[in-house]
Amino acid sequence: MTRQDTETAALAGDGQAWGQGNTAETSWAGFTPGPWQHEIDVRDFITRNVTPYTGDHSFLAGASKATKALWDHVLDLRRQEYEKGGVLDADTSVPSDLMSHDAGYIDPAIEIIVGLQTEKPLKRAIMPTGGVKMVVDGLKAYGYKIDPSIQEVFGRYRKSHNQGVFDGYTSEMRAVRKSGIITGLPDAYGRGRIIGDYRRVALYGVDYLIAERVAQKDVTDQARMIDEVIREREELSDQIRALKDLKGMAAKYGYDISGPARTAQEAVQWLYFGYLGAIKEQNGAAMSLGRTSTFLDIYFERDLKAHRLTEAQAQELFDQFVIKLRLVKFLRTPDYDALFSGDPTWVTESIGGMSADGRTLVTKSSFRFLHTLDTLGAAPEPNLTVLWSHALPQGFKDFCALTSIRTSSIQYENDDLMRGFWGDDYGIACCVSPMRIGKQMQFFGARANIAKCMLYALNGGRDELSGEQIGPALEPISSNVLDYEEVISHFLPMMDWLARTYVGALNVIHYMHDKYSYERLEMALHDKDVLRTLACGMAGLSVVADSLAAIKYAKVTAVRDENGLAQDFIIEGDPPRFGNNDERVDAIARWLTEAFMEKLKKIPAYRNAMHTQSILTITSNVVYGKKTGATPDGRKKGEPFAPGANPMSGRDLKGALASMSSVAKLDYRQAQDGISYTFSIVPGALGRTEHDRVANLTGLLDTYFGLNPHSNGAQHINVNVLEREALLDAMEHPENYPQLTIRVSGYAVNFVRLTREQQLDVVNRTFHGCCA
Amino acid sequence: MAVVPEAGSVDGYVHAVESAGTLDGPGVRFVVFLSGCWLTCLYCHNPDCQNINNGRQVASTELLKEIADYKPYLQHTHGGVTISGGEPLVQPAFTEALLRGCKKMGLHTALDTSGFPGWRAPDSLLDVTDLVLLDIKAGLPELYERITGKALEPTLEFAQRLRARDMPIWVRFVLVPGLTDGEDNIHAVAQIAADLPNVERVEVLPFHNMGIHKWAEQGMTYTLSDTPTPTHEQTAHAVAIFREHGIATVYGGSEGTTAPL
Repeated sequence: MTRQDTETAALAGDGQAWGQGNTAETSWAGFTPGPWQHEIDVRDFITRNVTPYTGDHSFLAGASKATKALWDHVLDLRRQEYEKGGVLDADTSVPSDLMSHDAGYIDPAIEIIVGLQTEKPLKRAIMPTGGVKMVVDGLKAYGYKIDPSIQEVFGRYRKSHNQGVFDGYTSEMRAVRKSGIITGLPDAYGRGRIIGDYRRVALYGVDYLIAERVAQKDVTDQARMIDEVIREREELSDQIRALKDLKGMAAKYGYDISGPARTAQEAVQWLYFGYLGAIKEQNGAAMSLGRTSTFLDIYFERDLKAHRLTEAQAQELFDQFVIKLRLVKFLRTPDYDALFSGDPTWVTESIGGMSADGRTLVTKSSFRFLHTLDTLGAAPEPNLTVLWSHALPQGFKDFCALTSIRTSSIQYENDDLMRGFWGDDYGIACCVSPMRIGKQMQFFGARANIAKCMLYALNGGRDELSGEQIGPALEPISSNVLDYEEVISHFLPMMDWLARTYVGALNVIHYMHDKYSYERLEMALHDKDVLRTLACGMAGLSVVADSLAAIKYAKVTAVRDENGLAQDFIIEGDPPRFGNNDERVDAIARWLTEAFMEKLKKIPAYRNAMHTQSILTITSNVVYGKKTGATPDGRKKGEPFAPGANPMSGRDLKGALASMSSVAKLDYRQAQDGISYTFSIVPGALGRTEHDRVANLTGLLDTYFGLNPHSNGAQHINVNVLEREALLDAMEHPENYPQLTIRVSGYAVNFVRLTREQQLDVVNRTFHGCCA
Repeated sequence: MAVVPEAGSVDGYVHAVESAGTLDGPGVRFVVFLSGCWLTCLYCHNPDCQNINNGRQVASTELLKEIADYKPYLQHTHGGVTISGGEPLVQPAFTEALLRGCKKMGLHTALDTSGFPGWRAPDSLLDVTDLVLLDIKAGLPELYERITGKALEPTLEFAQRLRARDMPIWVRFVLVPGLTDGEDNIHAVAQIAADLPNVERVEVLPFHNMGIHKWAEQGMTYTLSDTPTPTHEQTAHAVAIFREHGIATVYGGSEGTTAPL
């Protein structure tokens, strides 16, 4: 046995012995006391106990032998999965929940953080409560057949979310879904984008959480049994059962998580069990982790100070935790993959940021978490998200920039902006959606195609591709040369109709999701009363901004077919284009964001949710483009939209700062669910030396987020530092690039797992660097 | 940020602008590429910039207003503004108006020139220039003429003028295999640089073929289609020669792509 193996074994210990007798007194010894000891308040615990770190990355340790062996094992499994066409193995008969599967391991001799979704690594689970059709199709696509009894149960005895939604949908809702003016709705699978506060499992232990819920339920024992009370009592009961099952799940791995975690290893393990429980029960579109590294750091610091832990062991814990997060998989259909390609799970971890009291929340563990991109190599998951502030320690800024330059695996979001809205303990769900951890959840609403809506306005509500009457039969625009005021006057009522149909559909979806596929464990790890947002979204912002600018500042003539549908547009003149910091068109983009938001707000939302919207497409900009006819900006029928809030490819001609400035001018208040911008640059264009590149990238981030004289600050940026040639080569020789990671609209993907169309879309995007 | 326009705005011809240049001077820079150049370098990356008429006519005040928008960015990154081209000194009045306006805003200014039309730069222009990026195409007079179609001497005279004014210079030298990479030529360039105490940095820029399509677009014949990009070893060797001449700060291109000059 090597020394490393010994250390590993000692760390992992005998789970059963460790968990028993974890009391608050023993587990919290050495922590600064405070209100967090008397009620659930993780933020208070962090504020009182955090050790901010302002140094550089020189303290970091490399990967241990055990980590390397474990990761090699995973890489081998992933290669097999890729060769098998995307799915290595799948369960066909046991619907997944907390207690459904036996304990699973990669290699128990060297695993110090344990727990898998099923009894085998990369074996996909099925979760039919979201929709049995998704399960059947998903299995079929990869050569598996569902156990007939499951199909019978969910077809006959137990209704799923998907069935419920279609019971509620109107014919109009079905029509907009089919035409593609609204796409990606979570009506056939889990909605996701809910972050349980998994830290609570570690800090308090599960018994404490159960006791709190029981007490909360008792409050309404004497209440009048109206709908709201009954629903609350049912939800609390489900949550209590979920917490009990969570203990059962951990027990299968030999851990008793009734009490709080006592060590760094236990804290990671307890927290991970909480997260694992969530992903065993929900195949949500995005299953994000939250904001865990600084919380965990408090346990690491305590153990390091007591010489119970070395830096090498600390890194090993993070490495092994991250290996588990990289193994998260769901069974999805090829349709889904066309929309959100690359098998994403959005295990988003938010790192860094500042505290309300002015101290940084960067700790050594913020570094350790990011360092996994080096110890394990680049990877799309977990979706590493740095909460950037002007005031972050320079050492951390430099380390982030260096890691971005080397791996293209980090996204950045503006902490100085969001802290003002959401406080200092929010995390990002999915790509760009901020929410207070444990205090807020969202109803995920995918997005509406605002470019298609504009075409409906021109064509009197008829779809430009099918000719069908989808929208209301308002008066179409008959003149050939388009007049700006006239177009706007038709566009606004069409937006009204779209907003009404869209919010209506979302209300149906979330009513049914709560009813048939309730996230009992994730909600057990929230406060009882939470703020809910109805997260709408918009695709095609730059298409519409450029179209309206062309109509306003150049001459645009519509070319109509025999049915009077505008099929193409001729532009004469040189209109301004979004992405060049040209106020004439940037103002139109701002107006559009605000106008649609106003329309959405007018329609009441389910459970009194607060309306928000995102400007985010993920990879769906390709599919949206395919489903949309030619637009007045000169974009041809079927051509992709720009992703998120990006300028259209090749139209931002003045370099990165100009492009960033246009995006930064969009008003976050009108898009509080996030504004996504993807920035790609060739390494040589960031500076001549690595030192210059780091300095220039941190400077660009500081300025993009903070120094635009015309904006309150941008919200989000993906940073890719890549050679276009490398991408082209990877398209031809995917086998040579198993870990090539790129950032696309809010998340990262393995480039070789994108569809060919999406690969081309990425390659054709504006790469900053070749000036003049 | 309000800009007080210069009393007299000067019109000039601009090929393009880059709002976030990182290769033409320190920090992140707003780079203005002017059109028009008198040299006809064999390896020119921007042949479309040679003809002044390919540019867009712009008033200096208008361009300065655009630059003013980026002032906080450029200052925060310790960058500034670089006037490049083409050859900025083909349009000295316009170049001076831009440099003066930037200086007035408190921005660091750089002039990227071959030095050949250096005699066209009045002292008043150099007064508002913080840094000169001096592109020395070759150190051997006959080679210089073969590459550029013009004489080396005016560049050397301009360098002496900058020396007399004690103005900081970054010397830039494009390493083209089979053309400029002869030992004697590299030594000659290095000697020129070493004799100038005001040279702060030398950048050896590895040749690349990325501008090749622009030659065809201009209906011009490109003679270096088969010339490879120098290897790391070749670049390192050139850097070593510069160091032999006692120049401490020498950069050998970058691992990635080099932006066009």
